[in-house]
Amino acid sequence: MNKNHRVPSSRSLSAVEVKSKFGAEFRRFSLDRSKPGRFDEFYGLLQHVHRIPNVEMLVCYADVHGDLLPINNDDNYHKAISTASPLLRLFLQRKEEADYTTFGTDSLTRKKNTVLSAVLLRPDTNRKKPPVIISLPKDFRPVSSIIDVDILPETHRRVRLYKHGQEKPLGFYIRDGSSVRVTPQGLEKVPGIFISRMVPGGLAESTGLLAVNDEVLEVNGIEVAGKSLDQVTDMMIANSHNLIITVKPANQRNNVVRSRGGAASGSSGRSSDSGASYYGYTSHSASGAAAPVPSHIIQNFPAGDLESDEDDEDLVIEAGGEAEPIRRAPSNYSMPSVPLYQPHLDLRTTSTLSVNANGTLPASGSSGSLNNALAASTTPSPDRAMQRRNLEEDGTVITL
Amino acid sequence: MKRLRRHGQESQRERIKQELFQFNKAMEHGFPHQPSALGYSASLQLLAIGTRSGAIKLYGAPGVEFMGLHEENAAVTQVHFLPHQAGLVTLLDDNSLHMWTLRAHKGQSELLEIGRFTLTGPPGASPSVTSVTAVLPHSSGELLLLGTEGGHVFIVEVPGFRELEERNISLDQVANSVPEDYIGRRNLEHVEALQENPVNPDQIVIGYGRGLMVIWDLEKLCATQHIPATQQLESVWWTDDGKYILSSHSDGSYCRWMVGGEDGNEEEEEEEKSDIPYGHFPCKAISKIVQLPTKEGPPFLLFSGGMPRASYGDRHCITVIHSKTHVALDFTSRIIDFFVIKDGPRSAGEPSALVVLVEEELVIIDLQTEGWPVIQTPYLVPLHSSAITCSHHVSAIPLKLWERVIAAGDLQNTHYSKKPWPITGGQNLASDPPQRDLLLTGHEDGTVRFWDASGVCLYPMYKLSTSAVFHTDTDPNDNMNQSTEGEWPPFRKVGCFDPYSDDPRLGIQKIHLCKYSGYLTVAGTAGQILVLELNDEAAEHTIEAKVVDLLQGQEGFRWKGHTRLDVREDPVLFPPGFQPLALVQCQPPAVVTALTLHSEWKLVAFGTSHGFAVYDYQQKNNILIKCTLNPSDQLAMEGPLSRVKSIKKSLRQSFRRIRRSRVSLRKHHVNNAAKLQDANARLEAELAEMELAPVQRKIEARSSDDSFTGLVRTLYFADTFLSDSSHNTPSLWAGTNGGCVFAYMLRLPSVEHRADEPITAQPAKEIQLMHRAPIVGIVVLDGHGAPLPEPLEVAHDLARSPDMHGSHHLLVISEEQFKVFTLPKVSAKMKLKLTAVDGSRVRRAGVAWFGSNRTEDYGESGLMVLTNQGDVHVVSLPGVKLQVHYNCIRREDVSGIASCVFTKHGQGFYLISPSEFERFSLSTRNLVEPHCLVEAPQYSAPSTQHRPHANKASSAQRNARHESEDAESAARRVMEHALLNDEKVLQEIQKSLEADQMLFSENNVKSALA
Repeated sequence: MNKNHRVPSSRSLSAVEVKSKFGAEFRRFSLDRSKPGRFDEFYGLLQHVHRIPNVEMLVCYADVHGDLLPINNDDNYHKAISTASPLLRLFLQRKEEADYTTFGTDSLTRKKNTVLSAVLLRPDTNRKKPPVIISLPKDFRPVSSIIDVDILPETHRRVRLYKHGQEKPLGFYIRDGSSVRVTPQGLEKVPGIFISRMVPGGLAESTGLLAVNDEVLEVNGIEVAGKSLDQVTDMMIANSHNLIITVKPANQRNNVVRSRGGAASGSSGRSSDSGASYYGYTSHSASGAAAPVPSHIIQNFPAGDLESDEDDEDLVIEAGGEAEPIRRAPSNYSMPSVPLYQPHLDLRTTSTLSVNANGTLPASGSSGSLNNALAASTTPSPDRAMQRRNLEEDGTVITL
Repeated sequence: MKRLRRHGQESQRERIKQELFQFNKAMEHGFPHQPSALGYSASLQLLAIGTRSGAIKLYGAPGVEFMGLHEENAAVTQVHFLPHQAGLVTLLDDNSLHMWTLRAHKGQSELLEIGRFTLTGPPGASPSVTSVTAVLPHSSGELLLLGTEGGHVFIVEVPGFRELEERNISLDQVANSVPEDYIGRRNLEHVEALQENPVNPDQIVIGYGRGLMVIWDLEKLCATQHIPATQQLESVWWTDDGKYILSSHSDGSYCRWMVGGEDGNEEEEEEEKSDIPYGHFPCKAISKIVQLPTKEGPPFLLFSGGMPRASYGDRHCITVIHSKTHVALDFTSRIIDFFVIKDGPRSAGEPSALVVLVEEELVIIDLQTEGWPVIQTPYLVPLHSSAITCSHHVSAIPLKLWERVIAAGDLQNTHYSKKPWPITGGQNLASDPPQRDLLLTGHEDGTVRFWDASGVCLYPMYKLSTSAVFHTDTDPNDNMNQSTEGEWPPFRKVGCFDPYSDDPRLGIQKIHLCKYSGYLTVAGTAGQILVLELNDEAAEHTIEAKVVDLLQGQEGFRWKGHTRLDVREDPVLFPPGFQPLALVQCQPPAVVTALTLHSEWKLVAFGTSHGFAVYDYQQKNNILIKCTLNPSDQLAMEGPLSRVKSIKKSLRQSFRRIRRSRVSLRKHHVNNAAKLQDANARLEAELAEMELAPVQRKIEARSSDDSFTGLVRTLYFADTFLSDSSHNTPSLWAGTNGGCVFAYMLRLPSVEHRADEPITAQPAKEIQLMHRAPIVGIVVLDGHGAPLPEPLEVAHDLARSPDMHGSHHLLVISEEQFKVFTLPKVSAKMKLKLTAVDGSRVRRAGVAWFGSNRTEDYGESGLMVLTNQGDVHVVSLPGVKLQVHYNCIRREDVSGIASCVFTKHGQGFYLISPSEFERFSLSTRNLVEPHCLVEAPQYSAPSTQHRPHANKASSAQRNARHESEDAESAARRVMEHALLNDEKVLQEIQKSLEADQMLFSENNVKSALA
């Protein structure tokens, strides 16, 4: 759109124009792009310009894709400054007023909410987006996770991809191949299924948990041994809304090392609920520009609640009496209130990606810490997604 | 405690399952694919056919059938019954001999292989020495004479296959006694034919490839006579009186030789007659010759081949000459072999019927009725006389309809002989089928054939042709039996195999028959839907076509496929049988993908890749048209025929390019051997790389933007609770490829106003399955969980009326899972996932009734399911639990899986070849399989000698086939090589598949090869 010609010219400017909004008030100021300073200084500056010295607040900004992202540490602050083009739009919110529930990670509740809200919202498409904030881990939406670490051999990795509600394609290919197994009779070559290709920008690639030449061992708990490539393809597609694949990574150097002595995870349970889970969070947006990092590892995430059952997802449209069909919208429909940004690729991000593709985890291995620095995650804009979904259907009333 | 009880229930359920379900591949119907050998036993009255896949099939009286399969995957080249025994010997391509016997077991016969044998020559001898070319079972029933490539005749004792070395007739023995002038000139070559003297079992004639025939005495172990024919020998026949030997030759001639006296005076033989029947110009070989005497009058002379090479070399003919009558029977495909059946108790009477096995059918000609008409075969009917495009099974046909269809069919069969079927061996012990079942097959040429599928024989009942309604390119006067006066040779076309369709748009895609009302609806490739009514009288109709625009004003589409069929505007006279009542044509004229008929409501519903519609064939108007097309789906606008054409075209172009560039390659580098080698090496490397390049599969969730999501897969009429739980209403359900179900409420006027008040359809529900897999079936279950009965079934007291008090359920069968929803408020109740668990996808599903084999009154409804892996499952209703599963079809057999059709009583049919249906059963109670008994004939006087007929032709053909196969496979290798070598060509093919891009730069290919 009209951003195309503006982006390159403005990025070279040394000053970043900042437009900050708190409540109904706007403040405009500028920052030096090359010397943004630290986050706490910035936080103080914001309190100062808005004249709210003692108010605890959440700082969010609209990134290049129009997604609302949080600023709460040095790294994402620097990221925000460096990607601002040309205007950095900030949204401030009182912490006590911040609505955490709307963007909870529980997909089930969110889905229900959003379906309802979509229905309610539909007549009023111009309604303003509710102010949202992202800061805490539970506000993130999981797109992938490593699960069952405690029950799997260290050489294997069980990865869960959350396709649900995403526009991003799963984005990988599988092929036939052969792998070598150790048997009592010696080494034996057996046929296997391998990941053959990653689609750039796809969900599989952006998680960094899967790589080309990883051998697929199980699909949603079912062994693929003895199954044909087509069968495994069909199984994966049938499970695509919530795909769990167990792989033997081609690169065995980056396996999750279980802490010896059972200190990390007290439970040795066998279910995925109690098992240690490693989640990777990435941006919900359609591009891989925002750095997706597999290293955001937290433990004891309530994985069980995430089991989505598509039973509730079949859409039923009952046409009562006079049905007035709504004309189908083109698929690239976007809400008028949401500005459309052209995605661009940051070089630095790309290099991070390549590192991730090799599976090198940060050396720290501090699985408990949440490193938000590179997590240019965003709030999902569920009403928009739902809007699109609903527009696919011709009908008037939706009952659930 | 609880666990114990549950365990008890489970074992109880297991017991019930065993009483209900049982998998059986009962039998095969139709004509064996690629037959390669024919045999006949006059004493057993049994016919045997061997195939290239190593199967051996025996047929006697209708219902008497046996099948055996050789373990070796080699073609059967010869089949010979042993005289006076219920046994036969087969020779395979791999030079092994197999002994089969019909053994009675528990009151019925079984075909068993009891021995195998391969000739072993002296150590160091070349394999050709023992390669069997001719087989003669001696009339004593104890010896088998084997002529070989090396010219030796080996004698083997049967059934034990013990070699009698001392009696072998070596080439040297024969050559020693051959007149000097003959042997001096040439090698005798292989043994081409072996025949026994019909009146003296000690004498046999050995025919060598070069033409020499030697009469050998088995007792005296010496030659008694030499017949020095000079032409390459094709076959030998010893006349029944033992006085003459007929030989046929590769130049299209045959000779008759007098057999000398007992003393074996070598100088007495005399060439009685030599003739080239279709002479003057060079002729093709006569591959087999037979002469049979009649009591009074001249003998029958029959021979195959011998046609003038230039003008009729491509015809497959058998000439029959009797007295003044001379006919060249012109068959539809290559002749495998033939024999003649003779009347009388010991088959010593008059020739009565000529049995000819050609590659695609079996033809029997009545030689005793004027005009030599064809006798209709009760089995081995070529199902594929035009390629089968779809099939439909209707169980338990009411007697009235059955008789009317038979009556209509009889009127079509007046040109057949009235004589009964002449092959009558064995006893059919099977009880009469419990019900009358119809199998309807739709064909590429627009015909629908009705088969009696009740019992063992798939018997043709009636043939309906829909092409009369349309203008096609064919000239209706182009009759098969037309022959010009005075034509030489005097051809007469016989057989019904005719795979060449005049217009592929006529092809039948869907069939639905209402067995109670006699209404039939058929739908075809060009979007045509015909509703037909059974009429016992011939009638003239003018057919008006109603065009239904399924796009409903959707913009931006241009149909790239074939055009609509032109409808005849003038009245057409239709013979008694099914006559068209209404014709609907879809616009765009895409292939009809779903069809259903409700004869009680007089509605027909049909769907294509663009949408679906309901047509009222009483008032002749459209009630509902719904476009299901995704606006971005341009692929759906390409007709299937255009795609085929484009692939063909692009392949052809690629080959041309390869040829061109190869030629230029040769031209430029003809002197540069090194460069050529280099190029070859590169091609080799590329080929290796091709082989290594793995097949990839994309893993992606289905989306609403996928192609063909709007394709209508299933349509279903149901009287159920759609809007509220107290009033049931007629409804239409449609399921699409994109996992969407549409339900419409139909308002029908009362019966007395049915003809004039309009019928309305209102959208009632729409269900989008989350997993978006194609919907293959929709069933409404009544309050008891039983599927709703078919229309008119209750009115005819043939089904219990459905329970309308309890709540109904909707069963949606997608390719991936089975899902039960409540009605009228649609909410998910139960489901069974298939694909997510084992990776198989539903290809076919059908509701069936399974009766228990233990208690007469117990039975259950179940859902029969066929997956893309070729497995059949039974899923319980309404609980949707997997009950049993069996492997039925090889997963690679895609066409077999696609052709499968289920019956309402737990059986199924699928095509194992273009011409054969395999019949299987999942039910313990309903099983159709042959039960028959063949008793070995009493050994009678040696004068009634069995004559091995099927001898000569097959061995000659075997050789011919060898050659052609070699050439074929070599050609194929070259083609594969050429294709695989050229990456660009592959890319192009792929491209044309994907995007139908015809303009692919030729330069790419050139530069790649230059």
